Amino acid sequence: MTTAEAGKSGGMGKDLVVYLCLLALAGLQFAIAFQNIDTSQMLVRMLAVAIVEAGLAVLFFMHLWTEKRGFAMFVLVFTIFVLLAMQYGWTDSTRMVVGAPFSK
Amino acid sequence: MSQADSTLEGHATGLSVGPAFSIPTKKLAMWLFIIADTMTFAACLVAYGFLRNGSADWPRPFHSITNVALMTFILLTSSLTMLIGLRAARAGDKAGAFRWTMITAGLGILFALLHVREWMGLIHEGMTLFKNPWGNGLFGAAFFSVTGLHLTHVTGGVIALLAVGVRYRGGRYNADDIEVLGLYWHFVDLVWMFVVPLVYLMNLAH
Repeated sequence: MTTAEAGKSGGMGKDLVVYLCLLALAGLQFAIAFQNIDTSQMLVRMLAVAIVEAGLAVLFFMHLWTEKRGFAMFVLVFTIFVLLAMQYGWTDSTRMVVGAPFSK
Repeated sequence: MSQADSTLEGHATGLSVGPAFSIPTKKLAMWLFIIADTMTFAACLVAYGFLRNGSADWPRPFHSITNVALMTFILLTSSLTMLIGLRAARAGDKAGAFRWTMITAGLGILFALLHVREWMGLIHEGMTLFKNPWGNGLFGAAFFSVTGLHLTHVTGGVIALLAVGVRYRGGRYNADDIEVLGLYWHFVDLVWMFVVPLVYLMNLAH
């Protein structure tokens, strides 16, 4: 981030707002932990909040918002690909719980 | 000029148009490291989730959220102090940038100490890598692996903050170096946002 970009990104006030938003979202995660809901619903809600938190941090704290669009797209596409590629194993873990036999 | 020469010259011209994506090389390197490190943490968290999902008696050993809430607050605040340090460095305020970088390092140390205190508490309750008094023995290995990897990153970050801060004050590093280090520190903070719900909040004893 250059000095000009630092000015463009909105100054200290914007950083403070993002910081307070992150604190509030973290507090929301803690509140969800005490809701009387099942584990899968809790997981979905907490991960949704975590993704919003991560998005705010990447865009404003790590200044991806003020980087070149091409670079931002590169980071976004690469990260999404990595995270999706990690999801192969979930069906197997469910099979472990229900005791279904492994395929031959 | 031969055709080979003109081809080589054209190639050299193509290479000298500037760094990829028009961002400084150090910053690009840090981003690439962060993407690679995302894979590491994602693999650990998915493996953790796999074990938790595949276990009928997964332990829920956490009775209080006070410690983890405090750790979260400290880490988030350290990201803010890092940003203040970067702004001071960009404004040419060398003393301010050094001071805020050191405050960030101090918050990192505080976070690490709270983390170690929590580990010691769990170890005193009988948790080891392969057994614990509450349920599935793999919980210890999964918990210590995920939080240990994060704690290693925090420790590395603190060392880097101290080193870069001192060298910045001595004139060997500049604001760009503070920014690159800031990227790493914010990433460590970002990872914690996923570790807290998955490892702590979903394992609260109700």
